[in-house]
Amino acid sequence: MSKIKPRAKIPKEAELDEVIEIKTLIRHPMHSGRVKDVDGKTIPRLIINKFNAMFNGKVVFTVNLEPSISSNPYISFPFKVKEEGTFELSWEEDGGNQYKLTKSLKVV
Amino acid sequence: MIRTKIGGIVKISRRKAVKMIAVSSALFCSGGGGVLAGKPEVSDQINNIISGSQAREVDVFLDVPEIAENGNQVKVAFEIESPMSESDFVQQVYIMADGNPAPNVAKFNFTPYSGQCFASTRMRLSKTQDVYLVAKFNDGTHSITQSTIKVTIGGCGG
Repeated sequence: MSKIKPRAKIPKEAELDEVIEIKTLIRHPMHSGRVKDVDGKTIPRLIINKFNAMFNGKVVFTVNLEPSISSNPYISFPFKVKEEGTFELSWEEDGGNQYKLTKSLKVV
Repeated sequence: MIRTKIGGIVKISRRKAVKMIAVSSALFCSGGGGVLAGKPEVSDQINNIISGSQAREVDVFLDVPEIAENGNQVKVAFEIESPMSESDFVQQVYIMADGNPAPNVAKFNFTPYSGQCFASTRMRLSKTQDVYLVAKFNDGTHSITQSTIKVTIGGCGG
């Protein structure tokens, strides 16, 4: 099994008041609870159900994901640069597991 | 029985009534509903979301392919015209698909920190169907758009 690994592409530097696009991807099978394995047994549901993006401790963007989202969920979203700081991205899995990633952003 | 987008009951003309009966009987014949979510469930969901709110005229661009060869990975992107200021911003964007086992696909929650309103992700589609986008603004108004996607190979694992 491949390891669950979050990734994000954020510009290292940005100008003030610039709107940047943040692209994120997490490697995850997103079992919808409807697929059967080779023995005919249903694979239980196990998905990433929430994505949170925080910047300097403030929530800037969240997504609630459902089983209809593809495996290895990709999410891109906008962010308006007002100050320097760090992004804290987190993905919540069914059952409470969390995967986290932090990235910093500089203003030029 | 007959609901408008804002959930009220309306008077309809005879011509419209004939058309609607024709459409609903066609659906009945083709076995619409059943295990799949179907159109009534989606319209119920949409009515729940937008109940009591006014529609707003705004540019909503839902970017989905016309034909998806693989239903496992269908790109869905959208862009909504909005100043995204503290007083006027898009609060939530719902994506729904009426032919999937569960109609909800995703719910995006924006904040004024976003600056603009756009996002994209990838979804699974089990068959050819309509995809709906419902946007809710912070002042309680809403906007709906829809697009049909033809799916060659379904993506729900059979």
